[in-house]
Amino acid sequence: MSIDYTSKIPNNVDLASNKTLQRALEQWQPRYLDWWSEMGPVESKPWDIYLRTAISVDPQGWAHFDYVKMPDYRWGIFLTPPEEGRKIAFGHHKGQPVWNEVPGEYRSTLRRIIVTQGDTEPASVEQQRHLGMTAPSLYDLRNLYQVNVEEGRHLWAMVYLLHAYFGRDGREEGEELLARRSGDEDKPRILGAFNEKTPDWLSFFMFTFLTDRDGKYQLAALAESGFDPLARSCRFMLTEEAHHLFVGESGIGRILQRTAEIMSKNNIEDPKAVRAHGVIDLPTIQRYLNFHFSVTLDLYGSEVSSNASTFYTSGLKGRFEEEKIDDDHDLSKLAYPVLRAEGDKLVSGEENALMTLNERLRDDYIKDCQAGVDRWNKILQRGGVSFRLTLPHKAFNRKIGLFSKTHVDPQGRVVTEAEWLSKKDTWLPTDDDHAFIQSLMGRVVEPGKYASYIAPPARGINNQPADFAYVRFN
Amino acid sequence: MDATLSPLLKRQHLIDPDVCIRCNTCEEVCKPKAISHDARQYAIAFDACNGCNDCIPPCPTGAIDSYRRVETPYTIAEQLGWESLPDDTAPPDAPSVRDTSLPEDVARIVAEATRTSGPVPPPWSAAHPYVGLYSAEKPAIATVVGNHRLTDEDAESDIRHIVLDFKSTAFPVLEGQSIGVLPPGTDASGRPHHVRLYSVASPRDGERPRHNNLSITVKRVTTDRDGKPVRGVASNWLCDLERGAEVRVTGPYGTSFLMPNHPGAKLLMVCTGTGAAPMRAMTERRRRRLPLREGGEILLFFGARRPGELPYFGPLQKLPRELVDVELAFSRVPGKPKEYVQDRIRARKDDVARLLSDPDAFVYVCGLRKMEEGVLEAFAEVAEGAGLVWPERLERLRREGRFHLESY
Ligand SMILES: Cc1cc2nc3c(=O)[nH]c(=O)nc-3n(C[C@H](O)[C@H](O)[C@H](O)COP(=O)(O)OP(=O)(O)OC[C@H]3O[C@@H](n4cnc5c(N)ncnc54)[C@H](O)[C@@H]3O)c2cc1C
Repeated sequence: MSIDYTSKIPNNVDLASNKTLQRALEQWQPRYLDWWSEMGPVESKPWDIYLRTAISVDPQGWAHFDYVKMPDYRWGIFLTPPEEGRKIAFGHHKGQPVWNEVPGEYRSTLRRIIVTQGDTEPASVEQQRHLGMTAPSLYDLRNLYQVNVEEGRHLWAMVYLLHAYFGRDGREEGEELLARRSGDEDKPRILGAFNEKTPDWLSFFMFTFLTDRDGKYQLAALAESGFDPLARSCRFMLTEEAHHLFVGESGIGRILQRTAEIMSKNNIEDPKAVRAHGVIDLPTIQRYLNFHFSVTLDLYGSEVSSNASTFYTSGLKGRFEEEKIDDDHDLSKLAYPVLRAEGDKLVSGEENALMTLNERLRDDYIKDCQAGVDRWNKILQRGGVSFRLTLPHKAFNRKIGLFSKTHVDPQGRVVTEAEWLSKKDTWLPTDDDHAFIQSLMGRVVEPGKYASYIAPPARGINNQPADFAYVRFN
Repeated sequence: MDATLSPLLKRQHLIDPDVCIRCNTCEEVCKPKAISHDARQYAIAFDACNGCNDCIPPCPTGAIDSYRRVETPYTIAEQLGWESLPDDTAPPDAPSVRDTSLPEDVARIVAEATRTSGPVPPPWSAAHPYVGLYSAEKPAIATVVGNHRLTDEDAESDIRHIVLDFKSTAFPVLEGQSIGVLPPGTDASGRPHHVRLYSVASPRDGERPRHNNLSITVKRVTTDRDGKPVRGVASNWLCDLERGAEVRVTGPYGTSFLMPNHPGAKLLMVCTGTGAAPMRAMTERRRRRLPLREGGEILLFFGARRPGELPYFGPLQKLPRELVDVELAFSRVPGKPKEYVQDRIRARKDDVARLLSDPDAFVYVCGLRKMEEGVLEAFAEVAEGAGLVWPERLERLRREGRFHLESY
């Protein structure tokens, strides 16, 4: 299970024994490195960054911490080891052995799924590329790099599948993944949320808490796939993804802690007074949450989707924790509740469970987000402030699906266009909010020091002390 | 878990709910299925956790790296109800001997090697050790002056006796200490390899007295802990070294696993494999001082698969009985029932119980992690059989620096 690091492309898939594939990936690699130097973190010099690298895919080896001189991170191809006798757990092929080759009839569908997943990985790196200039601490700068190198590796994971299993088409898709650019008018990334900017650290933390969590749910659904190489890649990606969610959740948590400290100490609540102390007022954080949450909900696609049902019946993409769900795993005779707008009301109706898989995944996701928000509120409670964050209603500010033509407020009330326009600025971040957040974005790189708006972490990475030099600028 | 290990108080592995983000990686890697969750919280079943620590590295937050010493372990239901970890109400550990001058990585390895017993003070009459004279940045350079195989040619394990000469570099050690070895080259991520620790196998005046050298006992690692083939970086490099080769050494390390020096001090030693190294050092110290008639018996339990797999088998056979009383246990001798060190401990229960009650006796256990459980169970059984309350006894032995356990 250890990873062959002697080859140009570290891997545990025995790349050396498939020369054609090895050559194809070795040709892709320099272009990947070009992409990284063009679109990866801005101003990235050959610093020593204290990163986690997998040296084997078992528990002892996959989190190896040490300084890495960027951009020498060992991007590679790591799959969790195959599970003996694994069977397809759902859909028409339920009970059959998993596939190790692409089934002919699902070739194009599977390729599309992989490309869509693959496209999000470099996109987030592109979205975050300016953040290194405004890191609130060395610890955070290191985390940004960790997130970025792993997103970069996740791209590798998907490109490997394209190259190894989809021949020439796969190689072309691999090229396209490097050609598209987040936010580019001519060649945008495939999914909307990945064309939004991540201009500041509040957005970054929201993104890693919310949008990377979408990644977790998509990967978890793909980790159930009957196409085993995809399932195994996603399983390994999920272990890496956990750290990204941590960066987001603890990042916002530390911001809240700092704000609560200042509010209690000075006995203030007025956002203006709070801002005057160089910390982020809570209503602004709520507006950021509203924005990122609603944009991310769109990533799950339409509530009722025949595509999703095809993915499921063909055994390509399962539900979250499919194997733990106690039902028939066929779904054609089951129902699932879906909310829709009728006039000025939102009403719930039953739909065929097979057609509503996107909605179900979204609901699982929302529950997970809610638990995180509850933990944030506990920080506020302990900090002695009465303000509580809430997740906006799932129909709020949606651009895709059943609510795309309806205006709904954060509490779930259908509102008129006029009301939406008049209240929008209290619900979503304004230019003024953005400008204020930008004004806080200085760069703090002294070990053990943190920007004014954020508290230090409760623990260092890999149990390192608070003033550890997570990045060495040499 | 290690119910027998911690006296009175048990060491319970817990998850810090304040830090945990419920990402589920711990539950996924937990083979004994000790970790579970409800909608809001994660918990570890005390009885199911085998202390393998597979859950530690994948945890992105460090929440999983939490422990409490408790009289009654917290139940799953209690843990699921927590908002934060309960306060640590346990009395402080025995005086800490963790040396603050240790580099972070060595401190971590040492803490890991002694984690089941926690920090223990040295015997009261131990000589004062030097620690951390040489670091990864400024290692001592030693030259290999001997490297010979200790196990039979056809033995499964290749264990070697390697003698290092420090020439004019000062490198004072005591029996029971270890040294750090820095293998050359870089690891997977292109960084220099981290340090590996090896127990010193020679007494304080060296493998050859007045020559400023010392020996170590190195087993060539060819499989990982699950038995899958791997090539251990440092051990293979060391085992293949020829005379004249140079080794970068850090240390010395160890402030606790040291031998008592007062006349009449008795030693009860249990080891398997390369765990023999510190035992050899201590026995050798005593052998060289036999003419001084300092007294104090040594009772040694030593386990291996077969005689040919037992390092120092030949020399051990030649030691005078007045010096050391040796109990060997072989687990793979054709035609003979399997025997482990714990079986021999039970067989010698009277002597073991006597030593556990003797204020002049000091216990040393060293070797692979796997042997710990059986050994501790046997001690518990023997002690209870002799009317001792084992948890209390163990607590006292530790507090008095009389119970030392190092495993890797
Ligand atoms: C306090 C202390 C004292 C030690 N004393 C000695 C000693 O006297 N003699 C000695 O030979 N070793 C001793 N060790 C172990 C030694 O430090 C190394 O861990 C061991 O030699 C393996 O290192 P490696 O570089 O060859 O393997 P690595 O390249 O580090 O590891 C390769 C694989 O082997 C597994 N592995 C690591 N160590 C062992 C082991 N001991 N047995 C089985 N599998 C293992 C790892 O999990 C990994 O999968 C001691 C360790 C500690 C903490």
